[in-house]
Amino acid sequence: MTLLLPVAAGLDPISQFEIKTLIDLPYGLDFTNSTFFMLLGVLSIVLFFGLAARKKALVPGRLQSIGEMGYTFIADMIRGVSGEEGLKFFPFVFTLFFFILFANLIGMIPFAFTTTSHIAVTATLSVMVISIVIGYGFFKHGLGFLKLFVPAGVPGWLIPAIFLIEVISFLARPLTLALRLFANMLAGHITLKLFAGFALMLATAGGVYPLVGLVSFLTGTTLNALEFLVAGIQAFVFAILTVIYLNDALHPSH
Amino acid sequence: MGPEFALGMKYVGAGLACLGMIGAAIGVGNIFGSFLDGALRNPSAASKQTGNLFVGAAFAEALGLFAFLIALLLLFAV
Repeated sequence: MTLLLPVAAGLDPISQFEIKTLIDLPYGLDFTNSTFFMLLGVLSIVLFFGLAARKKALVPGRLQSIGEMGYTFIADMIRGVSGEEGLKFFPFVFTLFFFILFANLIGMIPFAFTTTSHIAVTATLSVMVISIVIGYGFFKHGLGFLKLFVPAGVPGWLIPAIFLIEVISFLARPLTLALRLFANMLAGHITLKLFAGFALMLATAGGVYPLVGLVSFLTGTTLNALEFLVAGIQAFVFAILTVIYLNDALHPSH
Repeated sequence: MGPEFALGMKYVGAGLACLGMIGAAIGVGNIFGSFLDGALRNPSAASKQTGNLFVGAAFAEALGLFAFLIALLLLFAV
């Protein structure tokens, strides 16, 4: 089939996630395209907030307003979930949110690499979150942190079953946290590439196919807009779930 | 039962795994539908619940993503 030819010509939707080594370094610490785009994300965050906080005007300018909006957005989110006490985790959540947001948004630039579409990156972030939850929980409450697994007011004979269920649901948290971001970005970018590929294949197929290709192109454009929404929502969801899990470490008895 | 049969069944399995997304679709639709239902009755309380809305949607969606993941594993890893 002539329609399948472009697939062989490098249009397959998976090749965009390929890791390429840019600079060879010893001990497997290669500087890859993933490293480059993570570094780019971090540098853009530093540059953005550096510029936003440069003037420190009482009446903020445009850039400073956006920076302040980002600050109050995260601060209000933490206050809403775990009160003033949760604000000690503000720097961590703020960093996490903007790292993921910038990684997702940089991934939307054509030919750019989406670092969050790799489970190695998202799993590292979620393991970091859950280690802080467990570490801080035991540090602050000692063995009282285990009350997290036994909700108050449960009759005695139910405790073993509830304990088991709560432990399993706790262990599923880092897994789902990592998978959600990873699968969303992966699925979104595969879909974008698929529709772009369809449009290209149909445009060169001749006959009435270019008309069908136009539909595919318009769908792809719409999905592109949706993907920007997903980039923001997923960063927000990751951040708010982090706050909810950290809240469990702050107040284990629920 | 040759290797072609196994390959074919792999694709059948990947297709079947996608059926799990029906549940996620119902769940996410239900959450947003219920949100609108409540928000139109009491619009002043709606803006405070958007955080809960997205967290709920994310939980429901994650289960659909597991189905997607199983399809991916069948296609590329098994």
